[in-house]
Amino acid sequence: MTTTDTQVRRGYHDLRRLMSLMTGDEKHDAAATSTLDVLWVLYDRVLDVAPGTVEDPGRDRFFLSKGHGPMAYYATLAAKGFIPESWLADWATYDSPLGYHPDRLLVPGVEISSGSLGHGLPLAVGTTLGLRAQDIDARVVVLVGDAELDEGSNAEAVVLAGALGLGRLSVVVVDNASTSYRRPRAIAPRFAHEGWDAVVVDGHDHPALYAALTRTGDRPHVVVAEVEAR
Amino acid sequence: MSDPRQVFARTTSDLVDQDPSVALVYAEISGQFLTGIRRRHPDRVINVGIREQLLVNVGAGMALAGLRPIVHTFSSFLVERAFEQVKLGFNHQDVGGVLVGAGGSVDMSAGGRTHQSPGDVALLDTLPGWTVHVPGHADEVADALRTAVAGDGRAYLRVVAQQNSRSFPVRPGHFHVVRRGAGATVVAVGPMLDPVLVASAGLDLTVLYANAVRPFDGAAVRAAITRADAQVVLVEPYLAGTSSRLVDEALVDVPHRLLALGVGREELRRYGRPEEHLAAHGLDAAGLRASISRFLERVPS
Repeated sequence: MTTTDTQVRRGYHDLRRLMSLMTGDEKHDAAATSTLDVLWVLYDRVLDVAPGTVEDPGRDRFFLSKGHGPMAYYATLAAKGFIPESWLADWATYDSPLGYHPDRLLVPGVEISSGSLGHGLPLAVGTTLGLRAQDIDARVVVLVGDAELDEGSNAEAVVLAGALGLGRLSVVVVDNASTSYRRPRAIAPRFAHEGWDAVVVDGHDHPALYAALTRTGDRPHVVVAEVEAR
Repeated sequence: MSDPRQVFARTTSDLVDQDPSVALVYAEISGQFLTGIRRRHPDRVINVGIREQLLVNVGAGMALAGLRPIVHTFSSFLVERAFEQVKLGFNHQDVGGVLVGAGGSVDMSAGGRTHQSPGDVALLDTLPGWTVHVPGHADEVADALRTAVAGDGRAYLRVVAQQNSRSFPVRPGHFHVVRRGAGATVVAVGPMLDPVLVASAGLDLTVLYANAVRPFDGAAVRAAITRADAQVVLVEPYLAGTSSRLVDEALVDVPHRLLALGVGREELRRYGRPEEHLAAHGLDAAGLRASISRFLERVPS
């Protein structure tokens, strides 16, 4: 599966048009766009991965753990040339490689098959450990939703990553206040309590996201990206 | 004889020492046997604590990074508790790894239901592509682990304390012919071989031995039966009937009778010794003899 239109350079302003190919509507609700700015900043300026390096052992990894609502993800992958724009229009049909939850075997550049919540961060802990054991200095970035943190498997991963000091692991929590039992401003302290570097930013503010996503150190770090409530 | 779990730990240590692409992830269990290797290779030997969901996905995540993970704890927590992690972390991501479960159905008989895992092979059977090793001897544990780690697929090793008096080579997809007879064919899986041989003394039976039960060697079963006597007895050290469908598949065009013996579905709610649990499930030599004799007497008219 090779992309055919990578030479066309697309920008942030193309994303809504690309998403509209999937939804038939340029006006997207908050749920569809909550991850859009985080994804764009990651793929445009932070992650060291490109269509030509998706098999490179040294590439940065991005794990979309919150697999539902992937239109912004597919739009970003299309804008960056990982997948052809022509795939978008008939997404979620039987013959399309793009579904409501992404499949890493079907989509170039997709690192994990997600959909069931609470798997991406534990997988990322393993990948970070695996890269570290091979002296590969790549970053592993996981995107989760605030309600996804309901899943207890994340707690297991947060504690171990903090204890082992996995400095190449980052989590972006896109916080749209969708968990049913919400305690305001509780996410960052929960990670910090387990030894993580934690920052809270406006999830649509590109410079703030870039600054937060490029923090480095010898501790894992979490960026809580606040967006409008679902 | 050596203790199978210690053989697992020793063999794993050798493999991690010898091959920089091999990693071990465990969840406290067996840590007492793994201190040396953990000290020598702290980057590739990871104790995740009492966190089995994390255990399985950390193994799968390491595989995504290009390592060959060995993932270990008691079978009940490895396969049953963390089943969705097995399904999605390994199968759905399509990565390889070697899961090694200890305890099986009756090792921790005095521990009660929480530490017994008779359903492990049946659960894995809902997923495609797992090679399932059921070693019946400590030497087979070492052989199976080396075979599994040398490959790149998904394998499960069921390491239990009960052992047969002799070992056989491990060749996944191949059952061994231990005895040839003119009558029914008995497939003894893992540590069930010794009790099967005692139970079938004086009976004119063929005995096949499976120390790797997936892939299932249907051709060996088919070759063992005769038109005149297509009777098969399965003796499995986990849930009774787990491999029945594969016998039926192998004999789809041959009228046959099948007796599937193994651990029962009902909870015993008893403690005591492993031998007492095996006897309660009819998996000791006396119980097997009685079941097999009844089955052979019940000849259709």
